[in-house]
This record gives sequence, structure tokens and C-alpha cells, in this order.
Amino acid sequence: MKVQNHTERKLEIGGWQVNLRTYQIGDVYHCKADNVSPGATIARSTGVTREEAEQKAIAKATERLATTFRRP
Amino acid sequence: MSEYAHPESLVSTDWVAEHHADPNVRLVEVDVDTNAYNEGHISGAYGWSWNTQLCDTVRRDILTRKHFEKLMSETGISNATTVILYGDSNNWFAAWALWQMKMYGHADVRLMNGGRKKWLAEGREVSTAVPSPGSTEYKASGPDNSLRAFLDQVMAAYEGRSHEMVDVRSPAEFTGEILAPPGLPETCQRGGHIPRARNIPWGKACNDDGTFKSADELKALYGAEGVDGSKPVIAYCRIGERSSHTWFVLKYLLGFDRVSNYDGSWTEWGNLVGAPVERGAAAAKA
Repeated sequence: MKVQNHTERKLEIGGWQVNLRTYQIGDVYHCKADNVSPGATIARSTGVTREEAEQKAIAKATERLATTFRRP
Repeated sequence: MSEYAHPESLVSTDWVAEHHADPNVRLVEVDVDTNAYNEGHISGAYGWSWNTQLCDTVRRDILTRKHFEKLMSETGISNATTVILYGDSNNWFAAWALWQMKMYGHADVRLMNGGRKKWLAEGREVSTAVPSPGSTEYKASGPDNSLRAFLDQVMAAYEGRSHEMVDVRSPAEFTGEILAPPGLPETCQRGGHIPRARNIPWGKACNDDGTFKSADELKALYGAEGVDGSKPVIAYCRIGERSSHTWFVLKYLLGFDRVSNYDGSWTEWGNLVGAPVERGAAAAKA
């Protein structure tokens, strides 16, 4: 199977920069969210459409990022 | 333009596309777990999980020699196999595996430049088939602990000002603003860095496509912080995988002889009672 429809974009979630990478393998869209700095994976998801996969990844990332606190 | 010190330690995605079925070449995708591998991987690649296969799962340590030999054998790797490692997060965990394979004396182990990210972005073929290798009788040597820094060595290096310390975490982790990468569990009690460490985040060594920057760019990057190979270097991060990446850059791309990876990293130092900690930006170089 060839990897298709690969895209990458940055967005901000809860004050954190997040990189969203989405691609299609077979009939499934996969989405991976990582924190831009340092670049660790914080969510992975799948969906039958790009939108579904991205929405799931954003929801997971939002939940996880809410646990990070900035110290003065 | 100068060459990498050890260009043979890297292969391109094109090279892998040509050689992935070569019987003397073994591809292994390495990540913190095998979730990405299970989505689809390069045809013929095995999957290694850092969490369960590349660390001692009882005490905090690398694999014992016996467990390392077992992993190699079960992956169909012989002492003569050319092993190509790649993974997500710009090869962080692949670099950890390479570091460990070097500690145990594997002769020919290389990284695929750009890792999984580049392979996917190029729209290449992937497979979900898991290979079943025949086992081998792998014999490891070592471990070569000159590639690894333990706490007492790091403390002595700090007190004796004998090494350059390179903290490869993000600026927010380095200054102590956050205790772990955003979205990951906080695994230390204190934030900050080892006093006098230089903050050179791992990602500065990479281009946008995940490949490594040129030798000249890397020399300039580390040289600007006084890291030029004239003193031994200790690289550290939070758990030792990002610093494996920098360890690889310094040792194999820039050719520094004396580079070690402090895999205890900030989850050890930042939990240590009485350890010296500096917060905020790096102090000016003395």
C-alpha cells in the first residue's frame, strides 16, 4: 500500500504549539499529534475521513495538554 | 562543504527502497511503542518497542547482554547483518537502539536519514505484514560503557568542569518552566538544568523533512555554544532518547571521540536530593 494524502500543519491547543500529521494507508486515515517543542507524540488516532481522524487526535491532545502546567 | 565524519552511519530513503529486501540487511522500526509500526511500516521491517524491548523492564537500565543477544537473535540479526534503524519522532528511539547496539559491539548499524516521517511524506509503500525471522546465535561484546554516562560520572564532570554538558531538551524544560514535554506526565520533582549545561535542543540538528543538517551547519550549531570536541561531551535530556539522537550527531556526524549519553538524564538528576540545579536561561559561558 502506498501512503497517500500526507499533510502536515501546525495549530495551537491550550496555548501549546501542536503539529498535526495526517496520512492515508489503505482505507484508513491516520493522524498523529506532537508537541512542536520538543516533538514528542501526544496523540494518535484513526478515522474513515481526514476530518474524523484529526478531530479525534485534537480531542486527545487537548486532554493531555491540559495536564501540563507552566511554573513561574 | 565538509562531509560527515562517518557518512556510512546513515542511509537515505532511496537506499532503503532499493535494499530493503537484501538478505543481509535487516530493517527495524523503533519507537516508544509499536502503535506507529502497526499502522504500516516499510516492507520487511521488524518493530521494536522502547518501553518493552529496549529497556530492562524491572530495574531502570539498558538491556542486559543476555537480553540484548536474545532480542538480536529473535529479530534474525546476526553479528554480520547490516541493521537499518528508523522510527518516528525523527529517529529518537531509533537512535537509542543504535546507541545500545554500539554499546554491545554491533559492527554495522545505521540510521535511515529522515526516519518514518520522511518515508511517509514521500508517499512510499508500507505494509502491515509482520516478518517471521529465523533465529540466529548472536554474540554481543561489552557493554562499552565509554558511550554511557552514569550519575557519579556526571556529578564528577560537573564538579571538575571536565566536560561540556549538552542539554538537548526544549527551552521550556531547560529553564524549568515545565517539568516534562507538553502533554506528557511529569516525572521529576524539580525543573531546570545541570548548572553550566548548554541548551541545544535536539531538533536544531534537523531539517524540516527530518534529515540531518549538513556537517558545516552542525559544526556551526554546536561550535556556537563552545561544543567543538576539544573537551569530552555528555548529552542528556529527560529519559535519554533525545540525547541518543544528539549523541549520534556528535559522534558519527561530527566525529567527536569522547561523547557519552547520560540516559539517567533529567528524570534522575531532577529527582536527586541535593543535586545542584540551575533555573532560567543558561549562564554566560565562563
